Amino acid sequence: MIHASPPAPPLLSIEDLRVAFATRAGTVEALRGVSLAVAPGESLGLVGESGSGKSVTAFAAARLLDRAGRITGGRIRFRGQDVTRLSAADLRDAQGSAQGSAIGMIFQNPRAALNPIRPVGLQLADVLRANGHSRAAARDKALAALEAVRIRDAARRLDAYPHELSGGMCQRVMIALALAAEPALLIADEPTTGLDVTTQKTVMDLVARLTAERGMALILITHDLGLAAQYCSRIAVMEAGRLVEEGAPGALFSSPRHPYTARLVAASPTPTSTLADLTPGAPPPPAPARPNPPAGTPALLEVQGIGKRYGDAAAVEDVSFAMREGESLGLVGESGSGKSTLSRLICRLIDPSAGEILFEGGSIGAIPARDFHRSPLRRAIQIVFQDPDGSLNPRFSAFDSIAHPVRRLTELRGEALRRRVIESAGRAGLGADLLGRFPHQLSGGQKARVGIARAVAVRPRLLVLDEPTAALDVSVQAGVLRLLDDLRREDGLAFLFVSHDLNVVRMMCERTVVLQAGRVVEAGDSRDLFQAPRTAYTRELLAAIPHFRPGAAREPAEPVA
Amino acid sequence: MAASRPASSRPASPWAGIARRAGRRLASSLPALLGVLVLTFLLMRVLPGDPAVFFASGPNAGKAEIEEVRRQMGLDRPVPEQLVRYLGDVATGHLGRSMTTGQPVLTDLRRRLPASLELTFTALAIALALAIPLGIAAALRPGSLVDHGVRFLCALGVCVPTFVSGLLLIYVFYYLLGLAPDPTGRIDVFAATPPDITGFLLVDFALVGDGEGWRNAASQLVLPALTMALFVLAPLARITRASMLAVLGSDFIRTARSLGLPPRRVVVTYALRNAILPVLTIAGIVFSTMLGANVLVEKVFSWPGVASYALDALLASDYAPVQGFVLLMASLFVLVNLTVDVLYGLADPRISVE
Repeated sequence: MIHASPPAPPLLSIEDLRVAFATRAGTVEALRGVSLAVAPGESLGLVGESGSGKSVTAFAAARLLDRAGRITGGRIRFRGQDVTRLSAADLRDAQGSAQGSAIGMIFQNPRAALNPIRPVGLQLADVLRANGHSRAAARDKALAALEAVRIRDAARRLDAYPHELSGGMCQRVMIALALAAEPALLIADEPTTGLDVTTQKTVMDLVARLTAERGMALILITHDLGLAAQYCSRIAVMEAGRLVEEGAPGALFSSPRHPYTARLVAASPTPTSTLADLTPGAPPPPAPARPNPPAGTPALLEVQGIGKRYGDAAAVEDVSFAMREGESLGLVGESGSGKSTLSRLICRLIDPSAGEILFEGGSIGAIPARDFHRSPLRRAIQIVFQDPDGSLNPRFSAFDSIAHPVRRLTELRGEALRRRVIESAGRAGLGADLLGRFPHQLSGGQKARVGIARAVAVRPRLLVLDEPTAALDVSVQAGVLRLLDDLRREDGLAFLFVSHDLNVVRMMCERTVVLQAGRVVEAGDSRDLFQAPRTAYTRELLAAIPHFRPGAAREPAEPVA
Repeated sequence: MAASRPASSRPASPWAGIARRAGRRLASSLPALLGVLVLTFLLMRVLPGDPAVFFASGPNAGKAEIEEVRRQMGLDRPVPEQLVRYLGDVATGHLGRSMTTGQPVLTDLRRRLPASLELTFTALAIALALAIPLGIAAALRPGSLVDHGVRFLCALGVCVPTFVSGLLLIYVFYYLLGLAPDPTGRIDVFAATPPDITGFLLVDFALVGDGEGWRNAASQLVLPALTMALFVLAPLARITRASMLAVLGSDFIRTARSLGLPPRRVVVTYALRNAILPVLTIAGIVFSTMLGANVLVEKVFSWPGVASYALDALLASDYAPVQGFVLLMASLFVLVNLTVDVLYGLADPRISVE
């Protein structure tokens, strides 16, 4: 997968590229002079955090900038030809249809990237026909293209619509579409964000194999340093519209020269990192000695044989576990494993079809979900949602968002309410000056903090965190994780931490439960579980995480036998 | 849950799902129809005006005569009994008799409905044929001269009442230019009687192969249809523009562009086919509104449609035609919604799966 790049004239070279976007607030410079080159057959990783300009660079090269974006300076050369001012159609003509499209692209969120009301076979045929194949040949070619991306039962999938395929399958179809035009360069823009680690591995292995087989160059855009390190021979780091550092992954990540790279590397969770590694500064406060509860004290939360069925399909089946006061429990598994359903059952947002949920010994499973908001226990169990954008009312200021549950669930009013909101926001690392702002005026990390402040403002006993940092950049994620851990230690809050990021769960949780297809396959102490997984499924999950530390305990791509 | 579904669990054809949904929708609209029946019945009874006085021989008819008319019409009975009788009549297919025309309401409606439908269908076709290209053109270049031009035309269409735009069209095309025929009715008074097959003149003339008659009917139809089309142009063009803008900004259009598909294919096959769904919904609503709201156009062009018939009956306190008209409109509304539903199922495969 890793190519030794022979000295060759670059396939794509970008020189001092500048791109500006016209926004309501005036012109925003997205790229401030980016230069990079990709040799034929080379694989380049473009990493950086959101807003660093890595996607804009790719979109400018593929002539997909939207109307508001404009190239204000610099030059893009493809195969030595200046293509900066060419339209997409001119580019194709200039390169000649015999050579196929110049640049193919695959995108984040594969399901949305496919036409929802057109069978995938026809979408493939559209591309093939645009590239000069006859209508009759297109269907056979489409079938071959689906088989090339290892879609099982490809003949039948030709007639499938995107909504009938899983996310991983949609991404394979997208790859087939991009490759159908036989491009010389494939740009993959966060191709596996939102996919499970195991799906991510199969999709990326497929991309690496196909690009190698066909001698294509690859630009992999990602925020995941491990992924870039594993699949690229060269990495370029971008920050705020500039390229700050470039080099082979080993050297770049073991001894970063630029402070931004160093920060990025430090904030990325690895199989051995601890929270203290991610966030430089004072060590976390020691956990208050939790007195052993007197014998006979019921667990904070106990789930007994719980199940949830939708029609004939069981989303969760016969799951049992218990949590002590102040404990943190991780819930991991692939999408469809039932971890979100389980967390919603415990939050009492949906009703179980079987089993019992006990909170401090009292049954709460019997209270219908739609009446639970009136229960005094609503205050005790709070939730932090995955999408910091979608879970905040866009018409509520940060203050209103945090004050709303306090008003609903407690007796605090007036000055006392205001004090509680400011105090909660402060604990979540949100300054009082930000409280008047609306969600669109806050950054992703700040929105996540509003969500956390809202959840802790009513002083809950159990906090359910549903992928709380999935949408955040690594450096922001590190800060939020640290904040959550401090909150837990100071308040004795119990955490139920739902995540697909195993490194994060390992750092955050004392115990971990692994779910597969709605059932618990393994549960136990996090340290033991991650060091010596007992089941094949857990081993597979762990092996699929891409790592970038050279000489790390485990070799990255090696499957653990 | 956005869980994947294996292709095998999909029904063999989308028709099974569509038929099931259509059946469910039809059954669930029956109570609404019943409600409409009862409500119109009661409304007619509480409105001022006594049909018995109106239909007695004259203004100086004696009290006894009025009583006699009232007894004949069954209006001396208690209201609940009248309602039960009325519902029974409707159930057996009797909509009563119009006091103004002396004909059974069913006959009148059957004779006049094709005129209204022909006018409305033509108007809708003209409106869609104008609105969709205009909406697309506006969406492809938002903020351009084209966009502003379309916006101006839409504003004009909505602002000018149909009786004004209708008269204006008559003034220009009939009086000034002499291009359009005398704007009275569906066919030239001196022309041969049209064949009576479906009631839709264009269809009937085409069936018997009468080219001259067809042209004659079509030229009578153009002005009123255009008047109505202008009125509904705005909602259709605006929704096309908005929907196209949203779709053109979506990820799969970006994909199609990145794959180098021809622009025509991107706009028509990829964008328009996705953007047409909300246009369908609005077209259904527009169609239903036009059927009833075109009374002004029917009056201006002396068009013998159901709306002007109902208006005349209402002014004469003639219960049966008004009730029949409302029932007809309600049933048509149900049918139109059903059609939109079926079209939706055909256009969007995600719906038949649910």
